[in-house]
Amino acid sequence: MEIVLAISIGVLTGSGVFLLLRPRTFQVIMGLTLISYAVNLFIFSMGRLKIDSEPVLIPDFTATLANTADPMPQALVLTAIVIGFAMTALFLVVLLASRGLTGTDHVDGEERREQQE
Amino acid sequence: MMTQLFHLLDQLLDFSMPHLIAVPILVPMLTAALMLMLSEQRRRTKSALSVVSGLIGLLAALALLRWVNAADTGGGPGSIGVYLPGNWRAPFGIVLVADRLSTMMVALTGVVAFAASIYSTSRWDRAGVHFHPLLQLQVMGLNGAFLTGDLFNLFVFFEVMLAASYGLLLHGSGRLRVQAGLHYLVINLAASSLFLVGAALLYGVTGTLNMADLGVRIAQLAPADRGLVHAAAAILATAFFAKAGAWPLNFWLVPAYSAAVSPVGAVFALLTKLGIYTLLRLWTVLFAPDTGASAQFGQGVLVTLGLATLFVSALGILGTQRLSNLAGFSVLISAGTLLAAIGFGQPAMWAGALYYLLSSTLAASAFFLLIDMIERWRNAGMSIAPHEAAGGAPFLSEDLSRLDDVNLDDDAQALYGRAIPAGVVFLGLSFVGCTLLLTGLPPLSGFVGKFAMLSGMFDAERITPAAWTFLTLLLVSGFFTLLALARTGIRHFWTQVHATMPALPALEVLPVAALLAACFALTWEAGPVMQHAIATAEGLHSPTAYRNAVLGARQVPSLAAKPEAAK
Repeated sequence: MEIVLAISIGVLTGSGVFLLLRPRTFQVIMGLTLISYAVNLFIFSMGRLKIDSEPVLIPDFTATLANTADPMPQALVLTAIVIGFAMTALFLVVLLASRGLTGTDHVDGEERREQQE
Repeated sequence: MMTQLFHLLDQLLDFSMPHLIAVPILVPMLTAALMLMLSEQRRRTKSALSVVSGLIGLLAALALLRWVNAADTGGGPGSIGVYLPGNWRAPFGIVLVADRLSTMMVALTGVVAFAASIYSTSRWDRAGVHFHPLLQLQVMGLNGAFLTGDLFNLFVFFEVMLAASYGLLLHGSGRLRVQAGLHYLVINLAASSLFLVGAALLYGVTGTLNMADLGVRIAQLAPADRGLVHAAAAILATAFFAKAGAWPLNFWLVPAYSAAVSPVGAVFALLTKLGIYTLLRLWTVLFAPDTGASAQFGQGVLVTLGLATLFVSALGILGTQRLSNLAGFSVLISAGTLLAAIGFGQPAMWAGALYYLLSSTLAASAFFLLIDMIERWRNAGMSIAPHEAAGGAPFLSEDLSRLDDVNLDDDAQALYGRAIPAGVVFLGLSFVGCTLLLTGLPPLSGFVGKFAMLSGMFDAERITPAAWTFLTLLLVSGFFTLLALARTGIRHFWTQVHATMPALPALEVLPVAALLAACFALTWEAGPVMQHAIATAEGLHSPTAYRNAVLGARQVPSLAAKPEAAK
């Protein structure tokens, strides 16, 4: 399970970074989304991978990490997802504004010379 | 009479602590929420609310500053205010910590934001919608990030601050702003991802996110885990380097800052300082001298990046003609200076650096506001003069013939004997003041700050080659700034192109004058300010008091339990 998670985080990050370095705004936003998925999975894995353990709040149950899953990264990941989602929405707006103002979806607002010909 | 008044104020202050610590975060947040309920037509109400909120925030910050430094109130000298917002004890719940460094930064934010909000009411808040709520949220994010003692909470406040700054950067719209905003957004989103990875890794290894607790845990770490903590710190630091404007992560900064409208630029001068603050805070708490093998991890990187930033931005400022780019590069020079000065790890140097931070931020903010007035007067609002946009010199045409609107010495127009308009005098003197502050020439506070840093550096037993490089670069960058600003000043003030009277509303003159007056006050009261800075630096150097205060903070007994205790 560890190796599967590690590989998926790695693949997501790798693809994300590749797309982030591409010249089109849509590719950039896809790259950022993939990176944020990878980061969320990473945060989640920092609570250690554990199967079949109880959530924290159960009566008459000693809530230590030996018995339960770590609730902290779950709370962190929730916050990170919400913030990441909001930022992606904001980025989309700026992307559309940039497309409207410059007439191109290049990140610099203008095509390179040889591409125009 | 005055002493009685102060006594009364101190009692009030004692009574309101520790709840006063939350005020700089809550007041802007509530003001922004209130403003969003008002329609865009009620601009005057919004402006008034913004100014009042700024004033309350500033007063609260000054009161905190007094409390932290007061010997006879609270916990005595070096007292650290700790507020538990959720009433959970420190490593488990979020804490707000008001120590000397935090309160100083909150007070600086208060001054700059107050000046910017007054300046914006003159005309810039009409360039788009929701200027004042965004400004308030920006202040809330900044104050929260300065006050929090929890790593993940720091991330949340960073995002609040960034979300507001995206809106503010796009304020006024237009192609340049959207383009700069796009780059600014991407780099900050990527940096935020790095922030999350670093914070999660630190949690994974140490099991805590409280900064004070992290320091304690890192000191007790097993040698096998130390590498992971160092990797986490390096990833975190990369995120903060991008925000602080450290080379090579700072190419976005100058276009973004010069594209923003001027009150926004003034507030943005604070954002890089937030990056610097975070680096200083986390570095001193996480890698304090008592953390064994991790002590002062990454010192070389801080110094090297600081020196590189200083070098590159000194070249940059020499190569630019636009006023707003000059302001952007001066922010970068100040960031580079601070990074390197922090990296040397000597408390005496930190004290100088903190003083320099205050002076350079106030000066850069004043400069951003001043530029707007000069550009409107000289270039009809353009950031570059019309004749310069075409690539020509101000007084030459291509065939070397005389231009009609230029008054050279051999022209017959008599200039002597005419009174200089008061507006021009104000702009000129303010420009000279900003130049002196940004270059670090005597007699103003920029010089005092640089001098304090260098004298702190030479107090060390051994002066390293890096220290000599720092000395050289500091002086050279000051000289380059002087050249660049003097050249631009001559072009704007001493060439006689379309002489008109500058129209300066009082709402624009007052904030600039106030910011420059604050710099003057820093110079005049350099003794007390330096004492504060020295005490801050010593507190940072030995964070035991910080840790004890945070981890020792007690919960308030719950209301249900209180009657029991009373019996």
